Amino acid sequence: MVIQKKACAGTLESSDIYVEVSPLPQGSGIKLDLNSVVYAQFGKEIEKVIMETLAELGVEDAEVVASDRGAVDCTIKARVETAVCRGRGEE
Amino acid sequence: MSKLVGSIKEAIKLAGLKDGMTISFHHHLRNGDMVAVMVLDVISELGIKDLNVNISSIFDTHEPFIEYIRDGVVTGIETDYMGGVVGRAVSEGIMNKPVIFRTHGGRPSDIINGVSPIDVAFIAAPTSDCMGNCTGKYGKSACGSLGYAFADAMYAKKSVVITDNLVDYPLVDYSIAENYIDYVVNVDKIGEPSGIVSGTTKITKDPVGLVIADYAARAIEASGLLKDGFSFQTGAGGASLAAAKYLKDIMLKKNIKGSYGLGGITSYMVDMLKEGCFKALYDVQCFDLGAVESIRTNPNHMEVTAAHYASPTAKSSAVDSLDVVILGATEIDTDFNVNVHTDSNGYIMGGSGGHSDTAAGAKMSMIVAPLSRARLPIVVDKVLCKSTPGNTVDVLVTQRGIAVNPLRQDLADAFRGAGLPVVDIFDLRDMAEKLNGKPNKPVLGDKEVAKVLYRDGQLLDTIYNVPVK
Repeated sequence: MVIQKKACAGTLESSDIYVEVSPLPQGSGIKLDLNSVVYAQFGKEIEKVIMETLAELGVEDAEVVASDRGAVDCTIKARVETAVCRGRGEE
Repeated sequence: MSKLVGSIKEAIKLAGLKDGMTISFHHHLRNGDMVAVMVLDVISELGIKDLNVNISSIFDTHEPFIEYIRDGVVTGIETDYMGGVVGRAVSEGIMNKPVIFRTHGGRPSDIINGVSPIDVAFIAAPTSDCMGNCTGKYGKSACGSLGYAFADAMYAKKSVVITDNLVDYPLVDYSIAENYIDYVVNVDKIGEPSGIVSGTTKITKDPVGLVIADYAARAIEASGLLKDGFSFQTGAGGASLAAAKYLKDIMLKKNIKGSYGLGGITSYMVDMLKEGCFKALYDVQCFDLGAVESIRTNPNHMEVTAAHYASPTAKSSAVDSLDVVILGATEIDTDFNVNVHTDSNGYIMGGSGGHSDTAAGAKMSMIVAPLSRARLPIVVDKVLCKSTPGNTVDVLVTQRGIAVNPLRQDLADAFRGAGLPVVDIFDLRDMAEKLNGKPNKPVLGDKEVAKVLYRDGQLLDTIYNVPVK
């Protein structure tokens, strides 16, 4: 499934994550830009959860910008899912 | 004779300040303080360098210190607390000599006993007369108590009062007396009122914080210490204040008449005084406008010196008679050691203040903290920095239960008897790990950037640099 428009989900509150997805041409792959207050502690883990969630949703080409404020995995997954749904126009 | 001199520059010259000496400041003007930087500006202009600065706390407003460290004007720092801005620079290794961290009790103890002598003390005073009788209770820059400044004024070789409210001699309600003061300088402004005291310190509305506060108040009730004569200190953090509010409700309901409230004082402690929960407040520092107003007008709200507050070498200090203290933590380990100096990346962003003094003195020292903050667990295997030793920490209250130091089986039994959720500290650690995952430990360098001294002067821990990427 293709991301059709720029969309976001989440907030910049502590323990949340703000995720923004934008369309990229087919074949571009996933371009992930992550910043996190706990990057040193959990950076790789957060990247992994985002990439896995995108794969589960069948997203192959997208630019993803994520600002993490210490969200746990289930929150990250939920925010990515919602951003992707919105990006596909499934409000 | 006149002690009044025309400028800070003149006072510095008269005081005989030279390269390599130690100067001191107090932190009652908190993040509104303009005096420390004002004095360093003049010192730098005079070309004096290699100074050791003994300052009771460093706030973010002291950011220009970083430049003076780089320039070699300041080569040593001794303090009880260091905010994140200067802390970050220090953690990145800008100083050659490690910062010396003391406690609010250890600092006056070492000054009075000649362990950390001061050549010239600069006392920011919101009101002073021309001979140096001064106070923090009045004036446009009023900050209330001047508790931390007494040892400096009394034991420095030369003491300079810097005020922005010069009044006719004699100042009636003075705190520090003229017999300790060498020079008085009148300037336009010593501080930014909005940074000196907050309007009102707010109680948390966060449901997690309120659960913690409720457990904390009920644990105090169950401890057996909450009876007539009860004495109490709490921090100004949201959950600590909420706990104080719940405690007040219990005290009023049960008609318990406490003896004294101690510490940095907020409006909430003032309310407790007014409503008869305490006979007196002993105030080493005012946190908000309500506290400043109260110390000025209520004779039972008393200023205490830092030595009276917490010095371990005083004949006695107020922390020795304390029943309960509520404290915060950035980390606590399974041995109950507490870190309040560094963040999870190893950067300096705090300090003991009175943490370890009150923990040592109080019959029950209680840490209140959420199980995790922004994915970082509060309970760790080993704290990055030992600020307060675990054998002085009795209880950790989280929203998932209360962990009791194994040394205090009596408290665990009392809490269980009252139906409170007592949990093992290892279980709290595991719960947080299950929710958050296991965080990677920060990788630190091998340069010593700070030494943490316990209240008795013994080395408690060493803080190492955070490598700059």
